[in-house]
Amino acid sequence: MSSSHARRIAALTVIGTAIVLPLVVFVLGPHMPPGKSSQVATSQVTDNTVLLAVMTPFTVFILVYLGYALRVFRQPRGERELVDGPPLRGHMPSQVAWLASTTVAVLFLAIFGTTELLADNGAGGGGGPDPVAKPGGRVLPVQVIGQQWEFTYRYPTYGGVETAQLVIPVGREIAFHVTSLDAVHSFWAYELGVKADANPGVDNVAYVKAKHTGTFHVRCAELCGLWHGYMFDTGRVVDAATFRSWIAARRTQFAPVAKYLPKYAPSYAPDPQYRAG
Amino acid sequence: MKLRRLLGFNLLTAVVLGVAGYYVGWWLGHQVKGPSLDYFGDTGQNDVALFVAYFTGVVGFLVGLGFANYPVQRMLGRPPSLREKETEGIGRYFGLCTDHKVVGIQYLIGIGAFVFIGGLNAMLIRFELLRPTHLAWNGNNYLTLVGLHGTMMMGMMTSGILGPFANYFVPLMIGARRMAFPRIEALTFWLLMAAGTILMTALAFGGFPTGWTGYAPLNEQANMGMDAYIAFFALVGLSMTLLGLNMLATVITMRAPGMTWGRLPIFVWSTVATSILMLLAAPVLISTLFMLALDRTAQTGFFNAQAGGSPYLYENLFWIFGHPEVYILALPGMGILLEILPVFARKPLWGYRLAVTGMLGIMVLSFLVWQHHLFVSGINADLRPFYMLSTELISLPTGFIFVCALGTLWAGRIRLTVPMLFALAWIFNFLVGGLSGVFLSDVPSDVTTHGSFFSMAHFHYTIMGGLIFSFFAAVYYWVPKMTGFEIDERLGKIHFWTMFVAFNSTFGPLLVIGFLGMPRRVVTYAGYLQGANDWVSVSAFVLGASMLLFIGNLVWSQVFARVPAAANPWGSKSIEFQLPSPVPVHDFDRIPTFGSDPYPYGGDESGAAPAPRPIITPARQTR
Repeated sequence: MSSSHARRIAALTVIGTAIVLPLVVFVLGPHMPPGKSSQVATSQVTDNTVLLAVMTPFTVFILVYLGYALRVFRQPRGERELVDGPPLRGHMPSQVAWLASTTVAVLFLAIFGTTELLADNGAGGGGGPDPVAKPGGRVLPVQVIGQQWEFTYRYPTYGGVETAQLVIPVGREIAFHVTSLDAVHSFWAYELGVKADANPGVDNVAYVKAKHTGTFHVRCAELCGLWHGYMFDTGRVVDAATFRSWIAARRTQFAPVAKYLPKYAPSYAPDPQYRAG
Repeated sequence: MKLRRLLGFNLLTAVVLGVAGYYVGWWLGHQVKGPSLDYFGDTGQNDVALFVAYFTGVVGFLVGLGFANYPVQRMLGRPPSLREKETEGIGRYFGLCTDHKVVGIQYLIGIGAFVFIGGLNAMLIRFELLRPTHLAWNGNNYLTLVGLHGTMMMGMMTSGILGPFANYFVPLMIGARRMAFPRIEALTFWLLMAAGTILMTALAFGGFPTGWTGYAPLNEQANMGMDAYIAFFALVGLSMTLLGLNMLATVITMRAPGMTWGRLPIFVWSTVATSILMLLAAPVLISTLFMLALDRTAQTGFFNAQAGGSPYLYENLFWIFGHPEVYILALPGMGILLEILPVFARKPLWGYRLAVTGMLGIMVLSFLVWQHHLFVSGINADLRPFYMLSTELISLPTGFIFVCALGTLWAGRIRLTVPMLFALAWIFNFLVGGLSGVFLSDVPSDVTTHGSFFSMAHFHYTIMGGLIFSFFAAVYYWVPKMTGFEIDERLGKIHFWTMFVAFNSTFGPLLVIGFLGMPRRVVTYAGYLQGANDWVSVSAFVLGASMLLFIGNLVWSQVFARVPAAANPWGSKSIEFQLPSPVPVHDFDRIPTFGSDPYPYGGDESGAAPAPRPIITPARQTR
């Protein structure tokens, strides 16, 4: 009798997985965040889809089992006195099977996550001052300075000009150098799939290469005080020619104040601390 | 006569002495002068005075309760008063009482009250988020609400199950009449009450903007409300350390004859695992907060980058405590789940050793994963693969808990009582919580989900969906045993279904909102997310209403209806249900002996023969 329960649950799990898995991979997968605006974002979408796919059989099994148990393994209706079930205290083969399958899944996820992380230059996350995985070829550095409560951006290869707008060229490998002047902030460029904490005195590097032109949202993702909720921005990805003319215009515009800026550095002496809410 | 009762060592005296101690400390603190202390002088804030005031206030509170009586009388060479052993009357609930059953009920009411306040804060947060722009609270008040909600919940609920239920039932389950250190047991409770009150005073000092994590250097810029956070969490940490110590000592030394480690009820095992975590993790929190208090008062620079310190240091220290902390919250829930499933499936616990291994495995691994909270912070970036692996490895022992729960249901005779419904909901909620956790453990995925509503929804699924649901399972399962009065079953079922549906309708969409790019702890959000946020807010209000329904049911059943509970309403074979309801003051007349595993449903471990039950002689009822 109990083996027929096992067969039915196994069959339902297989059928359920066969239905849900393609839906998850082909219907839900392409809609996983953060979209495909950049290389690292694309790699995160792949990652999210793979995670979903690995979880699907386990989820289907547990839900099928739970549903089946609640339907079949019930106290018969109208039974007044309590009758004990069979005194089963374990079943070595199924325990081993569970342990083996979860171990395989977990090790696969860890190895897969590590290869994705290393293959795609940190897949958009802040990798500290000197990341292990770096892109080859020429990289355009852009410094992101978090301060209470806004981000500003410096372009060291263009005379260290500092602007309040973030504009990056399409198809170029960008290195965001994220740092802070006061509290801990986090630079989150959602559509680009970039997030890197801004720590005072620390240069936190994240790589990204935008795939097409357009805009993206920037929000602070680490609680940084009173106006944290208002610390957002919109960045632009533009083609190379537009970028060159934009940055040239900024250099002219800010030339009169350039001499007051501190010299470009990977990080700056943090502001003194004030009592501020 | 009545007036006479109000005098003496009780809650009233404690409050009077606590307030008096507070003002004495405030005055004393203002006498301290020094150049480094004048650093923030122009803001009119005096952190030294506030810390001293909190300290003397807590001391006054404890003296008023009578915690000094025993040591003072001992030092004077007098025989100690046994007043705290007083066996009768409602008065013992309002003072120092060393009866583990009284402490359990004190915990249930006391923690319940503070968690209710924490829940109200959540309602106010969700009210603000009805609109993407400013609605009701300014930035500072909103962040204070966020901080009070998170800190209150994370602080109070550490003892949410161990406090009421382990204090009450662990001695009974292992066949002891009391805890190893009864006065320390009472102290853990009253420390929490002092701590909760102190946290509420943050409102009087401008609140604090840091959320429950209290990251540096924001915690050093913050107003004096931050001192309330520091004092609160340090006291909670002290209470946790003592609670864990007491529980461990009790389980190690006070087990009755025949109660071998292999026969411990699984709830006691979860208590042991949690207690070890408390004992090892909470002191880290206390010392971190001590460093923070020094930074704020004596102008040391541990966490101040400008003075050569590092905010990373705080993040590291905080999460070395903080990740074990979330398993301090999760493990007791797993214990409740596996304790309740056998009763209502009429089956022995399936895979007892696997379940114990799972709990101990979680306990050990939880110390090795803390930097997954810092995946994008730039700290130790080369170690990210290690923390990714260790984090994902935790799903193996957690999987053991799942497979034991599912195995217990196999071929069972399931009864869907209210405790069982809450336990089954744990399986579903924790499944969602665990699966969402996989995204956070994977570094490339975490880049999007870190610090977003996704991670917030994830830990609400594991903590609220795991801990709070199992807390309610324990309430419906055990409170009739504790008070002697039934809880209305029909209202309980309505409570369950509204809570379960509203919970999922609140936090399910929040996972999606996080995926769509909404960060945590923001007072404004992108306009296109308003529809989803309004849905979540309305669901959260329904969730809040389900809590009111529960409180109404509890008050109605326990105060007005008062239907006497049977000794064993669930047909449980656990020892506490072989005692009368409520449990007599002296528990057993004779210490019981145990002859089988705790789940002899359908026969004991040797075969199908009816199991020998523990030999118990309950104490005679005294009221």
